[in-house]
Amino acid sequence: MNIKLIKYGVMEFAELIKTPRVDGVVLHRPFLPTVEGTLCLTGHHLILSSRQDNTEELWLLHSNIDSIEKRFVGSLGSIIVKCKDLRVIQLDIPGMEECLNISSSVEALSTLDSVSLMYPFFYRPMFEVIEDGWNSFLPEEVFKDLESMTDEWRLSEVNKDFSVCPSYPPLVAVPKDVDDDTLRKVASFRHSGRFPVLSYYHKKNGMVMMRAGQPLTGTNGRRCKEDEKLINATLRPGKRGYIIDTRTINVAQQAKARGGGFESEANYPQWRRIHKTIERANVLQEGLIKLVEACNDQSHSMDRWLSKLEASNWQTHVKEILTTACLAAQCIDREGASVLVHGTEGTDSTLQVTSLAQIILDPACRTIRGFQGLVEREWLQAGHPFQQRCAQSAFSNNKSRQEAPVFLLFLDCVWQILRQFPCSFEFSESFLVLLFEHAYASQFGTFLGNGAAGRAKLSLPEKTVSLWSWVNRPQELERLTNPLYEANSLVIWPSVAPQSLLLWEGVFLRWNRSSKCLDEAYEEMVHIIEYNKELQNKVNSLRRQLAQLETEDPLLQTP
Amino acid sequence: MEHIRLPKVENVKLVDRVSPRRSRVGTLYLTATHSIFVESEAGVRNETWVLHSLVCSVEKQAAAASGCSLLIHCKNFQVLHFVIPRERECHDVHLSLQRLSQPESYVELYCFSYKPNVGEVERRQEWDLLDLKADYSRMGVPNSLWKLSPINRHYKVSDTYPADLFVPESAAPPVIVGSSKFRSRGRFPTLSYYSKDNHAAICRSSQPLSGFSARCLEDEQMLEAILRSNPRSDFMYVVDTRPKLNAIANRAAGKGYENEDNYSNIKFQFIGIENIHVMRNSQQKMLEVCELRSPSMSDFLEGLESSGWLKHIKAVLDAGIFIAKAVAEEAVSVLVHCSDGWDRTAQVCSVACVLLDPYYRTLRGLMVLIERDWVSFGHKFSHRCNHLVGDPKEVSPIIDQFLECVWQLMEQFPCAFEFNERFLIAIHGHIYSCQYGNFIGNNQRERIELGVRERTHSLWSYLWMNRADFINPLYRPDHSQTQGLLRPSTAPYCFKFWRGLYNHFDRGMHPRQSVEDYLQAIQEETQQLHDQLASHKQKIGKLEQEQVWRVTQKTTTLDKSPTAWALGNDLTVANTPQDYTGDFISSSPCQPKAPESSLILLPHDLNQKSEANLSNGSDQESGIADLSCRSPLSEDSTRDPDSDEAAYSAA
Repeated sequence: MNIKLIKYGVMEFAELIKTPRVDGVVLHRPFLPTVEGTLCLTGHHLILSSRQDNTEELWLLHSNIDSIEKRFVGSLGSIIVKCKDLRVIQLDIPGMEECLNISSSVEALSTLDSVSLMYPFFYRPMFEVIEDGWNSFLPEEVFKDLESMTDEWRLSEVNKDFSVCPSYPPLVAVPKDVDDDTLRKVASFRHSGRFPVLSYYHKKNGMVMMRAGQPLTGTNGRRCKEDEKLINATLRPGKRGYIIDTRTINVAQQAKARGGGFESEANYPQWRRIHKTIERANVLQEGLIKLVEACNDQSHSMDRWLSKLEASNWQTHVKEILTTACLAAQCIDREGASVLVHGTEGTDSTLQVTSLAQIILDPACRTIRGFQGLVEREWLQAGHPFQQRCAQSAFSNNKSRQEAPVFLLFLDCVWQILRQFPCSFEFSESFLVLLFEHAYASQFGTFLGNGAAGRAKLSLPEKTVSLWSWVNRPQELERLTNPLYEANSLVIWPSVAPQSLLLWEGVFLRWNRSSKCLDEAYEEMVHIIEYNKELQNKVNSLRRQLAQLETEDPLLQTP
Repeated sequence: MEHIRLPKVENVKLVDRVSPRRSRVGTLYLTATHSIFVESEAGVRNETWVLHSLVCSVEKQAAAASGCSLLIHCKNFQVLHFVIPRERECHDVHLSLQRLSQPESYVELYCFSYKPNVGEVERRQEWDLLDLKADYSRMGVPNSLWKLSPINRHYKVSDTYPADLFVPESAAPPVIVGSSKFRSRGRFPTLSYYSKDNHAAICRSSQPLSGFSARCLEDEQMLEAILRSNPRSDFMYVVDTRPKLNAIANRAAGKGYENEDNYSNIKFQFIGIENIHVMRNSQQKMLEVCELRSPSMSDFLEGLESSGWLKHIKAVLDAGIFIAKAVAEEAVSVLVHCSDGWDRTAQVCSVACVLLDPYYRTLRGLMVLIERDWVSFGHKFSHRCNHLVGDPKEVSPIIDQFLECVWQLMEQFPCAFEFNERFLIAIHGHIYSCQYGNFIGNNQRERIELGVRERTHSLWSYLWMNRADFINPLYRPDHSQTQGLLRPSTAPYCFKFWRGLYNHFDRGMHPRQSVEDYLQAIQEETQQLHDQLASHKQKIGKLEQEQVWRVTQKTTTLDKSPTAWALGNDLTVANTPQDYTGDFISSSPCQPKAPESSLILLPHDLNQKSEANLSNGSDQESGIADLSCRSPLSEDSTRDPDSDEAAYSAA
């Protein structure tokens, strides 16, 4: 089966590759010397290797290419390759025809529609898989943890064949007293069948966070008793809960005209509804494009930079998302209330809020493995359409499709919290950057597909390697570990003041300025900590030696 | 004392600006030097101290049902909002504070009444910590090219210049005097920094009185002499740090700038740094943005942009880079001036020095630099910092901008500076606090007349004694980043808003864990481990030696003579200074190290106490312990449920 695929693939690609190889190509990259070498195109990679020592200087996935531009000066052509990880490189290609061929081939190869032609289906790991990442975060296992804390929830198989909700996984946690028939009815009342499911259980006080799609109340205020019953089942007697609608009241009102809506006070008297203002996907995408444009502005004018930064609204989005997540966490931890979060579909802003709230509340999510589990639960299994959202990034010209940096904004918010609590996370910034890169282009199958049903059809565990298989090896873990980490079991409340929220330089200025000095500072920091550990060990071993010598001492005295 | 109309007011509310629910009730005391707010909640005694000389403005708002609001803005950017129950009391406090915070004469300033428990001999020694002549000789002057000129010994040539000045060897007194007559306030071209590697120099002066066509032969000779004191160079830069329009406007008033045709081999250059009035307004606008209650991101960024503050910081840094590159890369000397040569010129020369010379990136070096380019060369601290009630148009945050340039550089080169952000903030606070005599007056002559060295304490000595608090753990003198010329990026996105200074007192906005404090704690621990390692090694050596000796004793002679044993024991005792063994094993490695000598400890402690007074108990109340990183964090949010959450729901 795999062999067939590869053969099919190779044939397919061969047609697209008009010129597989060009000599004398010059590569320009920011902050690195230019390299002259041979350019090779394969089905999935653009490779440039210098002829001198035959080492690869550039190994770029076609799927990482966001846009490509051609320029000609005489017979010397250049292509400017703009990548989804925001890097911009230039290749000078001698010969007009070669340049045109390379350019059109790359363009075709980087915009292949068929998922099954993507690199993860061809990639074979060159490393030893210690633990198969596809089995690392199974819902059954996660549920075992929940069972150890509470018996109020059960794992339902109602969505076993994805018929109730195509974006939900086959197993979801629901209140114990709610049966599958009720779930089916509730699903018909929620956007895309996304009935309320458990997102997080707060061990400290037994409060929960649920997420769902918007209720389909429509203009005439349809109601669904089963829906009310389901969410009320999560409330303690006499207690009220909070519904956090990530949309403004106006947007939520307008949604009624299209069959959507929100929970009315009359039908949900035990719930208090709060509206927030997290923008929709297309607005976020526009923000990313503007922000990256601002970062690449060469004018050197402070006014221009600040006004473009402001106009991109990126930092506003970060602030809104973080604020909403903090609010959800506050309701749970401080008010002792359960929370239901939804927006429209419940696959974007909803997940930003529920996953960030868990980072704030749950120390386990701040470990490397715990964070993987969070991404797996709250993003992959929860049905965030990665393939659609990450098809293009900031340089793309195709406007207003499904693309949106929803996940990138989540990572940005995590980075903000990490900056404010630099010792409370087991992972360092590089882990977040790595997830950003792999969400947009990867050799691993982890971020392929849209929603649980779509992903199931792709047979990813059988045909691709999981990113977690690669990450969870000692050498990678070491690279991603935060040397400052000291487990902090407390809830961490970040500041959301504009003065506290910074531009994520590690992503947005990564290719615009040299990070040499900052990298050196990081190394110095690691050195200080390592040296301390080393001395600690030496002192301990000497202390043991000393204790031994001292106990031997009296023996000598008694002949 | 006569200005205090009401020494004590009870039931005063100190409103928390970020989350009003956290407000505290207590008693407000007015003393001759401080306002003190003592929280009256049982069990805790939280005190907030505010030095009168740090108060920038006192504003009384209309009385409301809950009482009458008094808004106090401080020069270190702290804002205090008191609610006083009775209007009458508020009125009295308002009038008292207004008078107390606006001293009319120097003798009223805190430095003249600040008397820490330091003996007169030590106090005098404080002032000998920094020696500018030593810095000049570190640079390599005097030498065959530059000489110390006695010409301004009695401040006769320029009353705003220091007594000791370095001039080119070939500059004869008549040339200097002639040149000084052709320069504003007699501030003739003189040496600021000399690079002994390539003989290039940074010189400074005020603007020439050239008008539309005036010339001065001596001034031309003076520049010629500067050019010639850099033997390998055939031209020099003259940098006018003002915008060209401002310089041209000055010509109408008989001032202006150098005409390239009249001076041989100069390259003239304008660098558009705005004047003190623009800077004052710009900072004011930025501070308004910082003070907004729960601003949106757009409010903040728009406000920051329209204040123009970062644009001005960039202009100063750009100018410094231009000069530093001319000196380091082209080996060309530079003469820098603006109008009077004590604001922009001070900024630009000192920024260039920080970029050029690693010495100025050390703790002592930065102090020396401020002492030379700012204090000795007559930056008008008392006018610019509003030490006395005076012309508000003279006030301007010129020194703030220099400190911020240094901070911006520290952000780009985290390993290159020996000091940390706290050091800059401490200097900033004390420039305004008037607790130390260093920045009192407007020039050296005034300070001598005031008897500052005789009657006050020196900040530099205080900072030096407490240097452990100000060390950047990432600094290593041998690091590649530390060496030579710094080449910062000046792309706009490299300039950040300095939250640490302008929102210093809004504790909630700062990271809850500090990487720097964490590393500092680690380094202290490492130091102790070093000590333990040495002591363990010594002890083990002893024991092993002893055993070998005993083993030989056992094998060679069966007769264990008591004298032999006594000898062995004596050796052990003699070579071990004190019996720490038990201590070392049982004590945790984190135990604080004993100070090296009690002599250092005493003034250190005293100073720290007074420091707490100045920096007013904000630290005490929000609990600096919470911010220290080695303990699990977010304690304050656990303890203070309302702390940050108000912000989330308010938004």
